[in-house]
Amino acid sequence: MKELKKYVGGDYDVIVIGAGHAGCEAALASARMGMKTLMLTMSLDSIALMPCNPNIGGTGKGHLVREIDALGGEMAINIDKSFIQSRMLNTSKGPAVHSLRVQADKNKYHREMKKVLEDEKNLTLQQGEVVEIIVEDNIVKGVETRTGAIYNGKAVILCTGTYLRGRIYMGEVNFESGPNGLFPSNILSEALKKIGIKLRRFKTGTPARVHRDSINFDVMEVQPGDEEIVPFSFLNIDKKFDVEQVPCYLTYTTEKTHEIIRKNLDRSPMYAGVIEGIGPRYCPSIEDKVVRFSDKEKHQIFIEPEGLDTKEMYVQGMSSALPEEVQKEMYRTVIGLENVEFMRDAYAIEYDCIDPTTLKSTLEYKEISNLFFAGQINGSSGYEEAAAQGLIAGINAVQNIKGKEPFTLDRSEAYIGVLIDDLVTKGTNEPYRMMTSRAEYRLILRQDNADLRLTEKGYKIGLASEERYRKVLYKKEMIEKELNRLKKTKITPTATVNNILKKLGSAELKTPISLYDLIKRPELGYENVSELDEERAELPREIRMQVEIQIKYEGYIKKQMAQIDEFKRLEEKKLPEDIDYVDVKGLSNEAKQKLNDIRPYSVGQASRISGVSPADINVLLIYLEQKRRIRSGKND
Amino acid sequence: MDTIAAISTAMGEAGIGIVRMSGKESLSIASSVFKGKTIENFKEAVNRRLTYGHIYNPEDGTIVDEVLIVYMKEPHTYTREDIVEIYCHGGMIAVKKILEILLKNGARLAEPGEFTKRAFLNGRLDLSQAEAVIDLIRAKTDKSYNVSLSQLEGSISTKVNEIRNTLLNMLAHIEVSIDFPEEDIEEVTYDELLKDSQKVMEEIDKLLSTAERGKILREGLNTVILGKPNVGKSSLLNAILRENRAIVTDIPGTTRDIIEEYVNIEGIPLKVIDTAGIRDTEDLVEKLGVDKARNVVEKADLVIAVFDASRKLTKEDEDIINIVKEKRSIVLLNKTDLPNEYDVDELSKYIPDKKIILTSIAKGEGIEELEKTIVDMFYSGEVEVSGEAIVTNMRHKDMLNRARKNIIDVISGIEMNVPLDCIEVDVKNCWNHLGEISGETISEDILDKIFSEFCIGK
Repeated sequence: MKELKKYVGGDYDVIVIGAGHAGCEAALASARMGMKTLMLTMSLDSIALMPCNPNIGGTGKGHLVREIDALGGEMAINIDKSFIQSRMLNTSKGPAVHSLRVQADKNKYHREMKKVLEDEKNLTLQQGEVVEIIVEDNIVKGVETRTGAIYNGKAVILCTGTYLRGRIYMGEVNFESGPNGLFPSNILSEALKKIGIKLRRFKTGTPARVHRDSINFDVMEVQPGDEEIVPFSFLNIDKKFDVEQVPCYLTYTTEKTHEIIRKNLDRSPMYAGVIEGIGPRYCPSIEDKVVRFSDKEKHQIFIEPEGLDTKEMYVQGMSSALPEEVQKEMYRTVIGLENVEFMRDAYAIEYDCIDPTTLKSTLEYKEISNLFFAGQINGSSGYEEAAAQGLIAGINAVQNIKGKEPFTLDRSEAYIGVLIDDLVTKGTNEPYRMMTSRAEYRLILRQDNADLRLTEKGYKIGLASEERYRKVLYKKEMIEKELNRLKKTKITPTATVNNILKKLGSAELKTPISLYDLIKRPELGYENVSELDEERAELPREIRMQVEIQIKYEGYIKKQMAQIDEFKRLEEKKLPEDIDYVDVKGLSNEAKQKLNDIRPYSVGQASRISGVSPADINVLLIYLEQKRRIRSGKND
Repeated sequence: MDTIAAISTAMGEAGIGIVRMSGKESLSIASSVFKGKTIENFKEAVNRRLTYGHIYNPEDGTIVDEVLIVYMKEPHTYTREDIVEIYCHGGMIAVKKILEILLKNGARLAEPGEFTKRAFLNGRLDLSQAEAVIDLIRAKTDKSYNVSLSQLEGSISTKVNEIRNTLLNMLAHIEVSIDFPEEDIEEVTYDELLKDSQKVMEEIDKLLSTAERGKILREGLNTVILGKPNVGKSSLLNAILRENRAIVTDIPGTTRDIIEEYVNIEGIPLKVIDTAGIRDTEDLVEKLGVDKARNVVEKADLVIAVFDASRKLTKEDEDIINIVKEKRSIVLLNKTDLPNEYDVDELSKYIPDKKIILTSIAKGEGIEELEKTIVDMFYSGEVEVSGEAIVTNMRHKDMLNRARKNIIDVISGIEMNVPLDCIEVDVKNCWNHLGEISGETISEDILDKIFSEFCIGK
């Protein structure tokens, strides 16, 4: 074979490899911030592909989508165009954990995102497989494709998902493959190793897709969407949605299902020890569930549509790596699936990913300037987690090129901050999924206030639009005004007032009280005291909600704010990048090594590294003060 | 920066004790616990002027101690922050009580070396002193960490861990309800949470009340009771404890192993160790006890040597006399109610500079004098208890009090039907505060618990 003749395919500011959820956000952020951007993907038909579950959002994940939106990302807008069912989860609990979760029309989600990418004026889409990352003097210079094109780039963002040396497992069969029957990317793995990046194996899985017409829905429980549709994007808050919602269905496995699984366990690659990759605990295969919780008589299974134009149905809860014939046999023991026809098999997939502690909190690789990583390659899982990282990597690639300050969010500012800090500081031993319990300041990081928390930041770096920013400013002002009005409105203990209170099951007044304080009573709220509030103006729903939350949970919010102040104290003590911790006297040996490995950006981050003790943190504080005084040249 | 407080004088020395506070709340905290002779409201205190008055407990108005107090305005102070210093009676009781009251009213117990750390960070200390500061903080932190761990062997850490387990269980149930609302898992009810919270509250209260009795931690004067078999050591221990813990018989060698007890004599914490008699023995089990006894004596702060006046001095007694000569010790001549084989004069020939107390432990005679002697030795500074141990104890008590406040908030939240995610905040804080006692605060525990107990997954 003749040697491949290489040529220069073009010069770009930012090159994004991969067009999944991370890649899309990274490319759009970069292009929208004015960078000439190239997106390379192995298949343009797989843009924004959802190779696993057909939903966006859920607990923790819904928060991420709202935050992406608040900063000027695309995911929320795109799902608002393509959802076919919408539900707000956890409404019986506090507002901080209300979580939006919708069913997506997968194909529509893909098409809509592709359109947005195609219309983006600074963005070029090119199908192709990257086989080389070009690095000179520890700075990334560009990439090379299998077909010989060299693209020069000032920054490169790797968003390769589960494609790297992907291998699919089903019983005794295993073969090289990307997700969903797509090609794996084998050469790029080698290329990454060549530039010194260590890879490890993770694993995940997906259930079968089955034919809608072969399912007996009559024996299943219907799961409809909410009557009131709440959109994901803050831009769509006032919009009316005329979506005909499609239901999901709930059914159960049977004792027979479990029997078949147990009988065939030796044919599972997991139990036979063929798979070395580590799978997620929160997303076990049905085999795992049956083995680990053997006393459970049945497991719930959700049947979810993959879209409007397809009869494929997703069988949530039945991911498996058992052989094809066993899969079919056991699926047909689930109530209502007795005659089910398979369209795509369930499988487990193993793939290469990196150790995210080798990244800065900008998601830039510590050892190679301007090389960024985002999404599943960083050891996370989930579309939303990927998109959030893509956005941050995209923004920081731009900031680097423009020579501007890095853009990071800390744990008290956003779930995105929690996600990235967990990954780059603690690393992860399994595919990482967002959960609200990972956030220390959950009451502050609500999905309803993501715009109030983040849009200004997104606007300042040139990503969030003017329209978005104005909306937030207006919202803030309205909330403030209403809160002030309620504080000033005094309710006096008249007979009428006390009658109304009695009707609401609340104690009578003896002395005048502000409406603000009255609303704090457990049995009262902003809405139900309206009769006492003569000057109340008709306010939009989200304003009323913010006002209510800020009054009712004031005590708890204050508690968390105090904790945040404490947290910020160490977070704001920045550590220079070039410290050699071996030279810092007084640190324990373990701390020296860990600190040199992680290279934390702040004393706060240092304090979260395992093996760094409170004494080490004190030493760092003293050290910083020492350096500061030497720098400022005075020794007072 | 929050306001910190600590005892600045060494424990157990006579004279004056100093409790010091630094931070912007110093003045207001002091004013809430101090009533002056000339100043009613300490907020109006004059910078650097010593004021006479009393520290009182604002909860019940009781007076804690008679003190001199001074307010030093920032920045011309050691830490360059507002400082309040309280000069009270020496010894442990007063300083401890005053510190406790400051902690309950808004101060935080200073970390080891924290005053010096602040002094440096606020530019009070010279750059050349940085290394010394680092050394100091390093040493102090490591030392207190070691003390903290060594004190936590045994029953206290078991208890704390038990409470934390209840809290962890609550947290796992709360988190699983919140993060996995669609799973086939029974949601935790407020009734269950309330029951668990009340249990936690009771357990914390129990620990706090044992803390009051000074029994909470392995702190206090290491006091070893020494004597040949059947001389009355166990009876003495029982007399001090006034409870029947050690087995007492007339057969020599029944106290087979070391028995440790904690007792508080007029506020002085004592760890009393009863040893098997020092005696050459063929009995292996007992030999183990004897070896341990010798070992324990090495580490003792105070030795109480018991001699039997009704039996002749033996080789074993001579061994004990040799030990007594080298250690801080009190000598008891026991069984003075029985016919005596020798008297106090003969004994004091061997140990002329030691005080000898005549006792009849069986009849309860001389015990009071013994206790008084211990107290005197303590206040005169003749014996000392290690400062770190006391501070650790204070820290643990402070954490218990904080945890208690958290669980009260949990209970009132449940009663007011506050949402689950708000209640979680206080449960988590309670769990974390207790974790600072046992030294574990890793939140990954919660996820581990969730995934091991609940079947979760799409």
